[in-house]
Amino acid sequence: MGGIPHDHYEPKSKLEKAIDSRLPIVGLLYDTIMVPTPKNLNWMWIWGIVLTFCLALQIITGIVLVMHYTPHVDMAFASIEHIMRDVNGGHMIRYFHMNGASLFFMAVYTHMFRGLYYGSYKAPREITWIIGMLIYLLMMATGFLGYVLPWGQMSFHGTAVITGLFGAIPFVGETLQSWLLGATAVGQPALNRFFSLHYLFPFLIAGLVIVHIWAFHTTGNNNPTGVEVRRGSKAEAEKDTLPFWPYFVVKDLFALALILTIFMAIVGFMPNYLGHPDNYIEANPLATPAHIVPEWYYLPFYAILRAFTSEVWVVQFASFITGGIVDAKFFGVLAMFGAIAVMALAPWLDTSSVRSGRYRPMFKWWFGILVADFIFLMWLGARPAEEPYASLALIGATYWFAYFLVILPLLGVIEKPSTPPATIEDDFNTHYVKSDAANIAAPAE
Amino acid sequence: MLKKFTLSITLALVLGGSGVQAAGSEGHVDDHDFSFEGPFGSYDQEQLRRGLKVYTEVCSSCHGMKFVPIRTLGDEGGPQLSKAEVRAYATQFVQVWDQSLNDGEGDYRDALPADHFPKGGNSNAPDLSLMAKARAGFHGPVSTGINQLLKGMGGPEYILSLLTGYTGKEKTASGTTLYENTAYPGGWISMAPPLEDEIVEFEDGHKNDLKHLSEDISAFLMWTAEPKLNDRKRAGTVGVLILGLLTILLFLANKALWKPIKNREI
Repeated sequence: MGGIPHDHYEPKSKLEKAIDSRLPIVGLLYDTIMVPTPKNLNWMWIWGIVLTFCLALQIITGIVLVMHYTPHVDMAFASIEHIMRDVNGGHMIRYFHMNGASLFFMAVYTHMFRGLYYGSYKAPREITWIIGMLIYLLMMATGFLGYVLPWGQMSFHGTAVITGLFGAIPFVGETLQSWLLGATAVGQPALNRFFSLHYLFPFLIAGLVIVHIWAFHTTGNNNPTGVEVRRGSKAEAEKDTLPFWPYFVVKDLFALALILTIFMAIVGFMPNYLGHPDNYIEANPLATPAHIVPEWYYLPFYAILRAFTSEVWVVQFASFITGGIVDAKFFGVLAMFGAIAVMALAPWLDTSSVRSGRYRPMFKWWFGILVADFIFLMWLGARPAEEPYASLALIGATYWFAYFLVILPLLGVIEKPSTPPATIEDDFNTHYVKSDAANIAAPAE
Repeated sequence: MLKKFTLSITLALVLGGSGVQAAGSEGHVDDHDFSFEGPFGSYDQEQLRRGLKVYTEVCSSCHGMKFVPIRTLGDEGGPQLSKAEVRAYATQFVQVWDQSLNDGEGDYRDALPADHFPKGGNSNAPDLSLMAKARAGFHGPVSTGINQLLKGMGGPEYILSLLTGYTGKEKTASGTTLYENTAYPGGWISMAPPLEDEIVEFEDGHKNDLKHLSEDISAFLMWTAEPKLNDRKRAGTVGVLILGLLTILLFLANKALWKPIKNREI
């Protein structure tokens, strides 16, 4: 691994040398765990470990659930009830898995907004960012596939709506939709393949997580100042960094324990709060629920999907110039995936010379609105598709795109950023180190 | 309560007034304090037994509970019938369809504890196994779900409000009699008022007016929907305590670890 200069593993005993010359795995693990980490990282840098934990939790609880689950349209719902009633500890394992998905998404959204605020996506960390976006897309897919498995009303009709989105693609849509479902409608073939893929994707995510970590261990972590670690020599680098073990491991574990305490309270005392009651009704193709609402973590993008109705002029315009090929439904699908795509393009849309939002006075406000917009869209996604929500969703969706496509590029030109500290060491000392020298301009926090 | 109400009304009005409309068509559900609510709540065994009696004598004539094994009536935390009582209950009150009887033609037989409650006899009557989790009494204000955080999901409250929410008005729509009900979404339900004062009698002379019977059956249906609630809350409490302790220890460890780094004199 390249990156910041630091001490590497030196095999000492004969045995260690013998192993190291054949498979340098100990050295690899050592370098990973001892990676020099900017010592000024704040509490927004703890989400990586929370996410890693979530992935492990979901895989472990998931493997146990599979031992008792039956992927058959007549038996899936009953097998979930079997888990909830008869399997030892089954109700807890299932509630951990259900709520684990929510924790996973809560953590990933915070992690992503952290990256957006501190400019972690900017050069040289574009690849880390893109891999992160791929992980996020896979998470969305995995969550969706998993939600189908209990075969409740929302599972069934939600699947019908979401796979219907693929049906909106011009020319190939219907064929594609049938190919995905293995039939013309949601049924046994869909349940079987969704089960299979729901089991597969988490392992793909695990693979990508390793690449994600590899990438940012090569570039080094970003940090709240956005200033790079000095790499001239090991001594210089050590002024800006501390080894990941033990300093950040213990810090992250403390944060994880705190988050898990809250998580445990949710699982123990209100495990169905984040779910939808309709999914406790067995799937019935003939009875469509009054409101089909996806899980909370899809709501912002669901709101964007629904915002572009045929009354919106952009949609009418798109429909006109494409001769009707792009209709409102397809436009909505493009907008939904586009909303994620513009996020992935952030490294090239952000023109500012300063990395961290901390030193960008105008950016701070626009970013704050983006976060509020995300929550606003999440709320709108759960409301019925009618006025005034449709118009509000359009405003929310417009801001989302405007932030990435207009505001980020323009801010780099018109904004006058303040000056970040020269080094990470300076930033850290300003905050924490008592000093007699009168070099502290900012008051200590 | 008044403050909360005012807040939700204000929010609903501010956000376009359709929240109020939605509340009207979704039916009115009153909050009720059940024994199993809150982090330390648990089922009241006596109440569950009364609820079982209401289910057996009234509800089961139309509704079924196909996901509930009869043996679980003896489980700890549930109605907790003795083994003999469970066996007696199964044979006396429940008939199940057995395809192996009558040379494969199938026939009804007395149930065994290992059997599940049967499906309902009336295809229009929904299965009650999970009814208390399949309905949310509270949604608002304006779909934010904050009410659920404060009062619970409101499934048992929905059942209670439904059973006590009949106004007495009837109407006929395309050959079906509908009954006006203040809790039912849309306001008109096809189920005739199932409970009335003193329709079920208890040996211990417990109150059996409509309100008390409705409370008992609502609690019982919460148990059928979530039989492991007591265990879950205990696990939650223990888990929170252990993780809370771990959090404190890690906080102290972290503080000690960083102290020489942070408070270093230059």
